[in-house]
Amino acid sequence: MNVLELDQVVKQYENHTAVDNVSFAVPEGSIYGLLGPNGAGKTSLIRIITTITKADSGVVYLNGEKLNSNTPSQIGYMPEERGLYKKMKVGEQLMYLAQLKGLSKANAKKEINSWLEKFEITSWWDKKVDELSKGMQQKIQFISTIVHRPKLLILDEPFSGLDPINTNLIKDEIYQLNQEGTSIIFSTHRMEQVEEICEQIVLINKGKKVLDGKVKDVKFENKENLFRIIFEGTLPAHIGDHFKLESLSENELLIKVPQGEDSNQLLAELIKNNVHVVSFSEVLPTLNEIFIKQVGESDE
Amino acid sequence: MSKLWLIIKREYFTRVTKKTFILATLGTPLAIALFLAVEIYVLSYESESNRIAVVDDSGLVKGTTKALGDNKTVKFFLKNETFEELQKTYKEQNYDGILHLPAKLTTSKNKDLDIVYFSEDKLGIVSKDFIEKKIGTRLEEYRIEQSGYDRKVLDGFETQIALNQKTGNKEEDDKSFSAEIASFIGLLVGYIMFFVVLIYGSMVMRSVMEEKTNRIVEVIISSVKPFQLMLGKIIGVGMVGLTQLGIWAILIPAIVMLTSMVIGGNVDPDSMQDMGALGGGDIDPEETLHKITKIIEELSNLNWWAIIPICLAFFLGGYFLYSSIFAALGSAVGDDAAEAQSLTIPITGILMLGFLLMIAAVRNPNSGLAFWSSMIPFFSPILIPARLAFNPPWWEILLSFVLLVGAALFFVWLSARIYRVGILMYGKKATMKEIAKWMFYKD
Repeated sequence: MNVLELDQVVKQYENHTAVDNVSFAVPEGSIYGLLGPNGAGKTSLIRIITTITKADSGVVYLNGEKLNSNTPSQIGYMPEERGLYKKMKVGEQLMYLAQLKGLSKANAKKEINSWLEKFEITSWWDKKVDELSKGMQQKIQFISTIVHRPKLLILDEPFSGLDPINTNLIKDEIYQLNQEGTSIIFSTHRMEQVEEICEQIVLINKGKKVLDGKVKDVKFENKENLFRIIFEGTLPAHIGDHFKLESLSENELLIKVPQGEDSNQLLAELIKNNVHVVSFSEVLPTLNEIFIKQVGESDE
Repeated sequence: MSKLWLIIKREYFTRVTKKTFILATLGTPLAIALFLAVEIYVLSYESESNRIAVVDDSGLVKGTTKALGDNKTVKFFLKNETFEELQKTYKEQNYDGILHLPAKLTTSKNKDLDIVYFSEDKLGIVSKDFIEKKIGTRLEEYRIEQSGYDRKVLDGFETQIALNQKTGNKEEDDKSFSAEIASFIGLLVGYIMFFVVLIYGSMVMRSVMEEKTNRIVEVIISSVKPFQLMLGKIIGVGMVGLTQLGIWAILIPAIVMLTSMVIGGNVDPDSMQDMGALGGGDIDPEETLHKITKIIEELSNLNWWAIIPICLAFFLGGYFLYSSIFAALGSAVGDDAAEAQSLTIPITGILMLGFLLMIAAVRNPNSGLAFWSSMIPFFSPILIPARLAFNPPWWEILLSFVLLVGAALFFVWLSARIYRVGILMYGKKATMKEIAKWMFYKD
């Protein structure tokens, strides 16, 4: 079952196509990466999903239903550029935002209190937002995003501007929410975070989908038959004739096996030449490398 | 609907609970009261009382100074010494000065006469005026007596003419009608309308700019429609305006009355009258009284049960019309206060024009100009309330209101279309041309 499905979504602005025929599906309970360089159309896509704008054509399903007036109460959205009412008290602010998401007054109060307790910040209720530090404000922002227990949580660059401690705190909360069944879309251009957090990704560039799938599969599909070998002994001089030598240090070798050939041939060649192989492993590309390569290709 | 209500509530309560709001709302009537109190005090202030020795060579006062009559600050004492003698001893006798009524006062037939007040200290304006008036009145009486005419007969010659305007319509003519008073009320109401629309309209604009700059707007509109947010804001701020006006409408008259009772009670009616004379030249007290009763009569003759709801309706229409435009402009500029200012200039200009038209319309309430400018929704919220005191025909008010409501709805709709695009636009400055294009963007 997919929590979210996009089917050939198109969004055009005056001079350019922000979202160009994009389709993908976010499985229920997953942490899904929405990747793309700046200006790729991530925010345009998110705004369509959060019903801030409408797609020109194509359909978006949330829990199998077309987007409708109930959608906002099922989505929690933390925009990249976020903010709160600076002069409003923390408690009032959270109550307001929670009620806008459709919680009853009593329910909102209960949920907010439990979150404030969890973060050990119950004493902040009567503080004004502009009395809080930036990190503290981020916590309030996070609570406001999830207080209505959304089925789908959309985080746009959630860690930008956070210090490492708060990053970890929010990261832990994301994992925990995910374990409790919340599906999460994580939009970013920071690949190392995606690799760490996401199970599946979609990569978009210039409004078009470049690739999507499980992180493992994407890496596998984009591998370049690169192997790292740690060895003892002397390498045969002709080894680079057939295989492409990427780098060589005293006893470590990075080497590419030509497309379609078996890596065992490389191993056999080494053994035949009396090289003692200590370790032999395939190097999969990082998402960053795939990203740069794919975006480069789709730009051409 | 419940979300709209939440927004209205937030917009309303965050404002009315603000210290600045409470301060301005309660402070303004207090400031008015203070100003009034200071004014009354300053005007009625006269160092201590003036003990004035009177040397009467003219026989005008006839044995007793009571014929002149004291007031709080001026007390007359008739002396038998000569003017020259007194000049040496008046201080020892504890007088502040000597008033000399020379013999020529009663013998001369001149209109303008000089008499001498001898003192080291100069008299205050009010006291000087009081003395001049007392002697003038006494001399007038003296001359009448001397002439042999009966005072009562002379009084009978005095006339007071009031111009009564008739239109031929009996119902209309029955209402005693004073154009002067109506003009004054009209100008006052128009003036208030002008400022209220301007002040609360720009409050809406600032609020929109703040939300955009804060970046909270994207969070909010992922929960509610931009239109709901804009409408909630306009209604919420409008209610703040009505609250403030309501409080002022009760507090200001109450506090003004209270102040004049507390402080004014200590002021001698004679000197109050003298003050009036100072301000407005030679005002006959009887004439003033006549005018005041006339004003009160006119005011109570006005149909307040119609005027107040009509004013309120036109205020709301004008407020929605202008504040929605302010909201749209606010969404387009973001945090650039200077740009916001330059964008509001055209709107302020339109309002100013309405204000000028109002002045013209009050002068000529039945002119074509008054009629046609009342039909333009940008001006009618100022013009119609200002013209109400002149009893414009009902169909004219109704037509103007229908046009206003139509225009307000149209501009709320149009502004919402600009607003929903504007609040999400960051970075480059939006030109008027671009803003116009936003109206045609799809959702």
